Amino acid sequence: MRKIKGKVFEYLCISATVIALILLALLLFDAWNKGASWLSFRFLDSFPSRFPEQAGIKSALWGSIWLMLLTALIAIPLGVGAAIYLEEYAGRTKFTRIIEINISNLAGVPSIVYGILGLALFVRGMALGRSVIAGALTMALLILPIIIISSQEAIRAVPSSIREASYALGATRWQTIKHHVLPAALPGILTGNILALSRAMGEAAPLIMIGALTFIAFTPQSPFDPFTALPIQIFNWASRPKVEFQYLAAAGILVLLGLLIAMNAAAIIIRNKYQRYIKW
Amino acid sequence: MQRIRELAIEKALFLCALASILTTLGIVLVLIFETLSFFEEVPILDFLTGTTWAPTYRPQHFGVLPLINGTLMIAVGAAIIAIPLGIAGAIYLSEYASAKVRQTVKPVLEILAGIPTVVYGYFAISFITPLLREFVPDANIFNAASASIVVGIMILPMVSSLSEDAMRAVPRSLREGAYALGSTKFEVSTKIVVPAALSGILASFILAISRAVGETMAVTLAAGATPKMTLNFFESIQTMTAYIVQVSMGDTPYGSIEYKTIFAVGMVLFVMTLVMNIASMWIKEKYREVYS
Repeated sequence: MRKIKGKVFEYLCISATVIALILLALLLFDAWNKGASWLSFRFLDSFPSRFPEQAGIKSALWGSIWLMLLTALIAIPLGVGAAIYLEEYAGRTKFTRIIEINISNLAGVPSIVYGILGLALFVRGMALGRSVIAGALTMALLILPIIIISSQEAIRAVPSSIREASYALGATRWQTIKHHVLPAALPGILTGNILALSRAMGEAAPLIMIGALTFIAFTPQSPFDPFTALPIQIFNWASRPKVEFQYLAAAGILVLLGLLIAMNAAAIIIRNKYQRYIKW
Repeated sequence: MQRIRELAIEKALFLCALASILTTLGIVLVLIFETLSFFEEVPILDFLTGTTWAPTYRPQHFGVLPLINGTLMIAVGAAIIAIPLGIAGAIYLSEYASAKVRQTVKPVLEILAGIPTVVYGYFAISFITPLLREFVPDANIFNAASASIVVGIMILPMVSSLSEDAMRAVPRSLREGAYALGSTKFEVSTKIVVPAALSGILASFILAISRAVGETMAVTLAAGATPKMTLNFFESIQTMTAYIVQVSMGDTPYGSIEYKTIFAVGMVLFVMTLVMNIASMWIKEKYREVYS
């Protein structure tokens, strides 16, 4: 009897896991089924249109690329800098404890709240308007906690014997960090940063808040131009009743997922490649 | 010279660390400032206890309860989906699965966690809702049920992965002690591992529900835009997040009362998720079983 109960329980647990996997497969299959036939070079190289068969994601694709580059430029130095400070300079003081609690709380703030901050601070306060740079600043704040936490882990994994050897040879703190700690932690930092950027790539809510949801039939030429982005374009198409737009949304999803898979694969390759060489 | 350089670098890095504090301050100050100015026009009691939310047409009503009701429906619905599946999956991965299975399934769950929320929203309206209407023909095109289902799928990896971490942190000796006394694997899982990991498991539930409360794109696409006090999952509702999106998509004049509602509703949302996140951390710290 106890054996039977145990077996039933085991199968219940297995089926829960299998259900999760089936759901993922269904989701991917559904998008592929509806969107694949709409994917074409023309789709990638056309602007959005009222006519589904002429519509494409050129402005959204370029908008997303601009947004990611600017977000990376802002968030990576800031996040890695903060991680270096917390790991290498700050002692275990009350102040660092406060910063760390604060960072883990920030990681739990809903993304739309960052959008509200971006709307009030960057779009209105700094009068940047509905521009790529306002979007990038908002996104940078959103992924900052993820970047800091993952960079901290990478830096912490560098053994202290490396630092002590460097100090023993007369190097200063910054020289030690620059020549020894950072190079050793770089693969881990890169992996974390790429994953953080891929999170930003799929976020739509903060961008809608700062007003990126408009009909845009051009690509940004400067950081101060208005823009649209892939998740926004998908949202726009998905919320229209006409069935062709649903298919366009599915095709957009395939492009977005393709880019995300590429970014994640890059992160995994970097991690595996360097893990093999660096052994303490 | 070198000393100055070292000091300058340290200060610069310190400023980077300060950015996170400034972000929090920014969020809190922006929300407080605009919310206070909202409460100059709408009494705070009307806002918190009113049962009609109609800010865009006259007579205007600013009772936030229908939006909170909608948000909680999604959170509860998502929890009903995610918690049983998540915990059963976590038990399987932690106690039953071989290392090889675990190494394959975990990355797949991570993929599920990394899919953008707008994709889940699309999945809800293109797949879940039509399927649901086969079984419940009078369900609205936009309904709380299908939004709850996708939000449940979305937070499922969070529940299972955090719970599994907590279960795997339970020392092996505890399990072996129970086996030595003749327990089956089922008994070890449910009577030893789950109770020992309970603080971590509960913390993961709360964190996942907090994520469901803040979820935006899927509920905007699938749950509708009809703020109402209802408990019927097959009706169109509106969550706080979906309302914020709706207002910011329209051309709301800066400084108008509609514009300020964004911040007042955002404040409620922020406080709710913050309380849940802190509760989750607190439970994890306070009730952690320490084995040495």
